[in-house]
Amino acid sequence: MAYLPQTEQEVKAMLAAIGVQSIDELFAHLPSDVRFQGQLKIPPALSELELTQHMEDLAQRNVGTHQKVCFLGGGAYDHFIPAVVDFIASRSEFYTSYTPYQPEVSQGNLQVFFEYQTLITQLTGLDVSNASLYDGATTLAEAVLMCLSHQTGRKRVIVPQNVHPEYRAVLATYLSHVSAEIITLATPRGIIDADSLARVVNDQTACVILQQPNFFGCVEAARKISEITHAAGALLIAVVDPISLGVLRRPGDYGADIAVAEGQSLGLPLAWGGPYLGILACREAFLRRLPGRLVGQTVDRRGQRCWVLTLQTREQHIRREKATSNICTNQGLMALRATVYLAALGPHGLRAVAELCLQKAHYLRERLQREAGFQPLFNAAFFKEFAVAAESPAEVKTLLEIATDAGFFAGIPLGRWFPELANALLIAVTEKRTQAEMDRLTAILASARTRADSRAIDRKSSMTPSSQRTVQVE
Amino acid sequence: MRNKQATQLLFELSQPGCAEAIVPPCDVPSRPLAELVPPEELAETPPPLPEVSEPALIRHFINLSQLNMSVDTHFYPLGSCTMKYNPKRNDRLAQLPGFANLHPYQPLETVQGLLGALHALQQILAEIAGMEAVTLQPAAGAHGELTALLIAAAYFRHRGEHRTTVLIPDVAHGTNPASATMAGFRSVQVKSNTQGLVDLEDLRSKLNAQTAVFMITNPNTLGLFETQIRRIADMVHAVGGLVYMDGANMNAVMGIVRPGDCGADMMHYNPHKTFSGPHGGGGPGAGPVAVKKHLADFLPIPVIVETAPGQYTLDENRPLSIGRVRSFYGNISVLLRAYAYIRTQGPEGLRRVSERAVLNANYLLARVRSFLPVPYGHRCMHEFVASAMKIRASRNISAMDIAKRLLDYGFHAPTVYFPLVLREALMIEPTETETKATLDAFADTLKAILEEPPELVHEAPHTTPISRPDEVLAARAPILKWTPVSESASG
Repeated sequence: MAYLPQTEQEVKAMLAAIGVQSIDELFAHLPSDVRFQGQLKIPPALSELELTQHMEDLAQRNVGTHQKVCFLGGGAYDHFIPAVVDFIASRSEFYTSYTPYQPEVSQGNLQVFFEYQTLITQLTGLDVSNASLYDGATTLAEAVLMCLSHQTGRKRVIVPQNVHPEYRAVLATYLSHVSAEIITLATPRGIIDADSLARVVNDQTACVILQQPNFFGCVEAARKISEITHAAGALLIAVVDPISLGVLRRPGDYGADIAVAEGQSLGLPLAWGGPYLGILACREAFLRRLPGRLVGQTVDRRGQRCWVLTLQTREQHIRREKATSNICTNQGLMALRATVYLAALGPHGLRAVAELCLQKAHYLRERLQREAGFQPLFNAAFFKEFAVAAESPAEVKTLLEIATDAGFFAGIPLGRWFPELANALLIAVTEKRTQAEMDRLTAILASARTRADSRAIDRKSSMTPSSQRTVQVE
Repeated sequence: MRNKQATQLLFELSQPGCAEAIVPPCDVPSRPLAELVPPEELAETPPPLPEVSEPALIRHFINLSQLNMSVDTHFYPLGSCTMKYNPKRNDRLAQLPGFANLHPYQPLETVQGLLGALHALQQILAEIAGMEAVTLQPAAGAHGELTALLIAAAYFRHRGEHRTTVLIPDVAHGTNPASATMAGFRSVQVKSNTQGLVDLEDLRSKLNAQTAVFMITNPNTLGLFETQIRRIADMVHAVGGLVYMDGANMNAVMGIVRPGDCGADMMHYNPHKTFSGPHGGGGPGAGPVAVKKHLADFLPIPVIVETAPGQYTLDENRPLSIGRVRSFYGNISVLLRAYAYIRTQGPEGLRRVSERAVLNANYLLARVRSFLPVPYGHRCMHEFVASAMKIRASRNISAMDIAKRLLDYGFHAPTVYFPLVLREALMIEPTETETKATLDAFADTLKAILEEPPELVHEAPHTTPISRPDEVLAARAPILKWTPVSESASG
């Protein structure tokens, strides 16, 4: 009788109070042709002990980042999570409550969301933030929808090829029934070419998307791109790694109109991709188009400062089909984690983490280049992630297998999304990686390359400078 | 006991220099930043975040936690949200290192245990739905609605049909029409009849060759089972449309009614409601979508498939797919909790959960209706909607007043003013995890409140940390972040 507290005696008393003989009678008004006959074909019930053994067995069939040294990135990163984050997030007054519809008994959550909104504006240098969305990819799609509805009549969305491929895919799905055209801008050198961008931005352009650092880890010339975008009257959406803002300029400081981020880096477990956190901040002009929850400050009838859900007339439960988005439940607990994380680090902690990522990533790339003969795929500056070229797709596969056997998740093969980059690997270095781990990985890869008798050849980027692909979406 | 520090903001607690380092010094040779990154992209100073010591931080958040009502501390009969007990074993198991520490791009050979669990969950959800295929990717119920409507759009496009409208009952969740708009459809409202069910005449008059989808919540938001569901599905199918079931209320019918058997072509689940995931102060949830065979090819990529017994992979090569609806795969730790919950219950347990949810709701209905009218339905499913219209007319006590006064007695309020078809609505959902004693105490309190002096109830709550915040002020002059005093004075 898992989780059912009523005794048989109580059930009898309750049935009597209702005026029926049996529980089944409560379902008597359901037509027999919709009643399910028989029993669901699902596995039988397990006791807590059996369930624990079963789930532990499943968990043990996986190999996690606690067992292998993780150099994987691509939008999800193995950052350190301070103990206070798990401690606060496991308070059940936070995690077993719901959306704060009754502010009097939800000031804890409301204040956390207000603090989260403030922290996100501080982090991004923008005016307002909502209280979280699902993940980075869907948040980018929401941001583009905001721009399209703000820039009525402009239908062009410019997306560089170095924006996370899954974000681009989600954007295409979200825009599949919107009258807009997605222009994919080729980035053969890994970063946006200012002249190429200037050629495609025009008075039809609603927005330009800039990922900083981009999917390949490269640092873009953000201010220049912002200027080009705004000169055409278009809006700039910056997709950022929140950790990078410990050292890089904030989106608001280079003129971005909307900033989007995947918040996983801010104290969220990797959890094979979710739940994560969609961060969205913007200039005040876009306030009424912001999707999701907003928490505002007010006073109660006794004059005390307090917090409430506000501007709900934008939302689906009031505006229904005219709502700015359909988002209802979002990622409250994940926003709490990010709030605690940012508060635990403070400005200097965030800077320290960012600098460690930056320095260590450069250390590893240099060693891989010098001792294992890997050439950087791109020459641009980078933050914590970089791409290197191997001899061939087959070599990439072999090297990754050898590294995995030796205890390392060494990188992500880029051929997964970019067939023209099938000989390249994307490698991420967080503050958790030690010099010893990096030296060991270098040695393993170097020896694997020697063993395979493969010579490191100075190869130029093979990323096809394909002419601009224009994808028209009806 | 009132703790004034509890309401200070992090930013007001900030004291420069008091945060401690959480990371070690750099163990590789450091180079000047300007050598590594073009100086024009470097920030001169880090973002202006607050600086608090660890003890101050812990006290701050723990104090805040105590300003919340939660399922673990209070009865939370918030209709339509299904705030039932969240089993601790599920939290613990979903956070095992072998699940929590998996990177989404690590080799698939190293996540076979996880894929096995997710694949099994897909099959279980398909069985409960009475459908053939499931995607676990949507991040929330509303995201599931959007996914399903995009599937419908892709299906019709594939068939060369151009259908433009989605029919939605007037009692539906607000997410339904919003999702329809996002998927490029126009929504058309269908009226409810005097029994609170879909008005078949109104539905008939609005069904035509333009109809893409009829979205129905069953049991509906009045807590009533749409007994004509088969006929409704036949009517929609007769004009070539699809039936979508919003599964928000599946907690009432597990193992008793399968949407697929009733003629629904697709549905979403809210695992945080039906399968007891914690609501997290408003997420994360998840929104798996189940579909019948004829829609399976349109599911979002990737799809988890079993290639050999016990061997799983992700299939990205699906030409008819609507594409990706989010990054990576889905809200895995929410889904693992759902899996653990279902495995605890088994087929008989799931059915018993629904039976007890309906028993508790009907018992509370029987206790409440003698003093608070429940205009629709003699029987309810797992929730019911009472109306404070009469008491408002006689004693000037509104649904909101009642909701606020309940807080004084240590009960979370029901959902108020929804669904929109009923004035002064109080939507009450006790869930199966409450005892008779709790339900009795709640009913007694509700009755007592209606007899209290109206002024007392108007001014409620009296014992909560704050009371009746000025929501108009919050919306008229929005303050959405903390600003340092010096700045706010000049601005």
